Amino acid sequence: MVGIGHPEIFPLVFTTRTQEIFNCRVDEDVTEENCFKLIKKDDIIQDLKTRAAISDFHPVKNIVLEYPGEELLIVFDANFQYGQNFYLVASEEAKENFLKPPETAEKMDSEEEKEETPEVCAYKPPVSKPWVSLGSEKEVEEESVKERVKKIKYMFSQGQRKFGAPISFTDRNASHVKDSYVECTSYQDKTFSIKVLEKHVGVQMVPKVREAGTQTQWTYPKNATTQYFPRQLSNEEKEEILSSEKLKQFLTSVCLRMEIALQQNEIMNAFSDDWKALEDDMSSPDGKSDICLKTYQTFTDLHYLKDKSISCICWHPTIYGIIAESATKQPSKEERTKLQHDSVIIFWSFFDPIHPQLILECLDDIYCFQFSPSDPNVIAGGCFSGQVVLWDISQYEEKLQNAKSVAVGMKKTVVNMNNVSVLSLLENDDMSELLFTEDDESDKGQILVRHCTSSSIHHSHEKRITDIHWLPDYFEVNRMGETFENRAGICVQLVTCSPDSLILFWDIRDTKLPTKHSSEKVKEENSFNMLPEVSDTSNDPDLIWKPLMKLSLCDSGEENNVKCSPTKISLQEQHYHYKITDKEQSLHKSQVHIKESPYAQMSISSKKTMNVLENISNNFFVGTEDGEIIYSDWEMKTSSNEEKIASNKYTIHKEAVNTVQRSPFFKDIILSVGGWNFAIWKEGVTNGPILQSNCTVQRYTAGHWSLTRPGVFYIATDDGNIDIWDLLKETHKPSHSQNISKSAITCISPRVASPKQQFLAVSDDSGVLHVLEIRRTLSHPSSNEQANILNYFEKRVQCLKNLKKDQEFEIRENGNGAGDTDGTNN
Amino acid sequence: MAETEETLKRIQAHKGVVATMVVNAEGIPIRTTLDNSTTVHYAGLLHQLTMKARSTVRDIDPQNDLTFLRIRSKKHEIMVAPDKEYLLIVIQNPSE
Repeated sequence: MVGIGHPEIFPLVFTTRTQEIFNCRVDEDVTEENCFKLIKKDDIIQDLKTRAAISDFHPVKNIVLEYPGEELLIVFDANFQYGQNFYLVASEEAKENFLKPPETAEKMDSEEEKEETPEVCAYKPPVSKPWVSLGSEKEVEEESVKERVKKIKYMFSQGQRKFGAPISFTDRNASHVKDSYVECTSYQDKTFSIKVLEKHVGVQMVPKVREAGTQTQWTYPKNATTQYFPRQLSNEEKEEILSSEKLKQFLTSVCLRMEIALQQNEIMNAFSDDWKALEDDMSSPDGKSDICLKTYQTFTDLHYLKDKSISCICWHPTIYGIIAESATKQPSKEERTKLQHDSVIIFWSFFDPIHPQLILECLDDIYCFQFSPSDPNVIAGGCFSGQVVLWDISQYEEKLQNAKSVAVGMKKTVVNMNNVSVLSLLENDDMSELLFTEDDESDKGQILVRHCTSSSIHHSHEKRITDIHWLPDYFEVNRMGETFENRAGICVQLVTCSPDSLILFWDIRDTKLPTKHSSEKVKEENSFNMLPEVSDTSNDPDLIWKPLMKLSLCDSGEENNVKCSPTKISLQEQHYHYKITDKEQSLHKSQVHIKESPYAQMSISSKKTMNVLENISNNFFVGTEDGEIIYSDWEMKTSSNEEKIASNKYTIHKEAVNTVQRSPFFKDIILSVGGWNFAIWKEGVTNGPILQSNCTVQRYTAGHWSLTRPGVFYIATDDGNIDIWDLLKETHKPSHSQNISKSAITCISPRVASPKQQFLAVSDDSGVLHVLEIRRTLSHPSSNEQANILNYFEKRVQCLKNLKKDQEFEIRENGNGAGDTDGTNN
Repeated sequence: MAETEETLKRIQAHKGVVATMVVNAEGIPIRTTLDNSTTVHYAGLLHQLTMKARSTVRDIDPQNDLTFLRIRSKKHEIMVAPDKEYLLIVIQNPSE
């Protein structure tokens, strides 16, 4: 075992036994610092002999035997520098080196530490020293390759004689001749073949990257607009073309075809659907639903309408969906308190069935009222006390129109439209808590509108006013009863009748104060565009509204003129505000924009310049409390005589007449309802009614013509039924009967709200207002219905005449007696 | 000039005629009885429709040509008489 690079060092393993023998126990005898141990050669040899193979020195036995010196150095190799824990130094010199040089090295280190100052070492050129062999010659010798065997040399040469002889060289292919050469071919020696089982190969993946570029043209989005207007030719160009020859030729050529086409259309309607036309004629079969009147809405108010009966209903002429009703105490209740501060007219809107839109207040119960046809903001009503009262609601017109938008959460306001001075004239002190002197609106209560004018109580009727009408706007009446042309073009006159046998004509212009401080005040108050300031005319001596003309109806044929008691009146020249034609509808629409009431420009007309109108008839029909129908006129014979003797009087009804109404289609057909039957009259036919119904079980309480069908009218009974009579179907019984409410019906009012929608407002005794929608078949007239009805009436007239003739004949035949039957129709 | 007036008046006087218009080949109204905006509206639309109708007729049979166009609607009847350069448009309410 040769140590690496150090031939004289031999690492040895010393077991503990050996260590004990030679006293080189680790950490006791030999330590890291003191790592040298000299062991005698003889001892080692002895040990070798004793222990032979197991001796630790066995591997170095030869070296020990050959060792020249006496002692061998054993060095403890704590660091296992040479692989074992001990090593043997095999040569003397090395031994010496080991023992000494470390000392010198230590010395040198210590010398350097002592000096501590780095000094420039003087350069000592290397001094050649004799070569000291450290054993490297052996290694070199071992590694070197020497020839061991002497090489045998052979020399071949040709014989002498061949030298210098001419030679010819030839080529010879070696491969042709067999065995001309010897070769050592390579062969695959299997014993040496190595099979490659594993091969480490390196792979690198490189993405193929290619750079490429494009360029696109991106135009950013921009807003662009175009505006065009149609091309038009200037006037000159048009003129030029119109006078050109080409146009003339064109027109001549084209005119003929056009006229043919036009005439074709005029002759007949090629596309008319006969089947469809037939459907209109046919009346609806009874198989359809029985309900002709669908309930649309019901209005009632607990506060104002408790225990009240509704006396009159009126639709607002222009605004859709607004209906006004007047409430009175129920007739059964006898006690009438003085303070009638809750006698009201309530405005309802379709869009708000809970809250009334507007409440008009009055002194007394209103039995009847009417909107003025010229200006729906002026309302005239007749009271229980016999007074005529006027309201002006132009301020609230907008509110009523906007009833739609303010349906819920309506701001309830109390508005005082009076002047401060008037408040002292208030009759009822209870009202003062409701009305304030401020002009601002405050959120309390509901809108209460006080009347703006009322007639003088002394000059009004003595009993309650049962009927009030506006005179049409194309004529007016003066004190003599003569008719004049109405310059103003608005309805300014009223006619009222009352059971006190009076028929009074009123003029609104009388309510306007003469030019005084009041008119200035009116001008100042720009916000209020109304009739003269509110004043209670009965107290103000300057302003008394007296009727224009008084007419007293008396019973003829008796000695003391018993006065009749008219309840309803129907004038010949009734303002046909029932019928809504297209023209009127457009008029209504345009009226919406009229802010100013037409009455604002009203002035007392001078009578000089008025034109007398001859063709206005002054006849009228009156229904009385005793059930009579009186046909009379208001022509005054003399100025003083105000009494009028009723010439034509018919007693048909057994009880008070509650409706006298002209048909909207025929000017001379009148429907009268009272007691237990109704009758249809024709003006001019003096025999009696042309149609009279049977007496029925229930009382008839109200009646109204249908607005769109000439032969249909509605009759209301006192057990809450509405009977619909269609004269073209049956004349002896109603074509349809429907129950509306439990209590007696007091008033009916139909209304055409739109061509598709017709409503019927029905009010009853318990304060409830029902609005019903009329089915289309009832509202839509069939073609030629008017003509048919006219025919029917003509026939009836004829029938009556014939009957009269027969009666006369009978009288002549029988002398006396005979029937006092009128044309009863069974 | 007077003749054209007279012709147009005669056409306008027919029963039920609501409006009469003369329009040139580009759809620009020359003479009308309606207000300007309505006229322009009608002229533009009917001109295009007439062109389309004419091209339809001629497409089916190139020898053919459009002589008259009548459009019947619920409310009116629109009659268009085309020519090389002008159009005569009449709107009529058919007899009811």
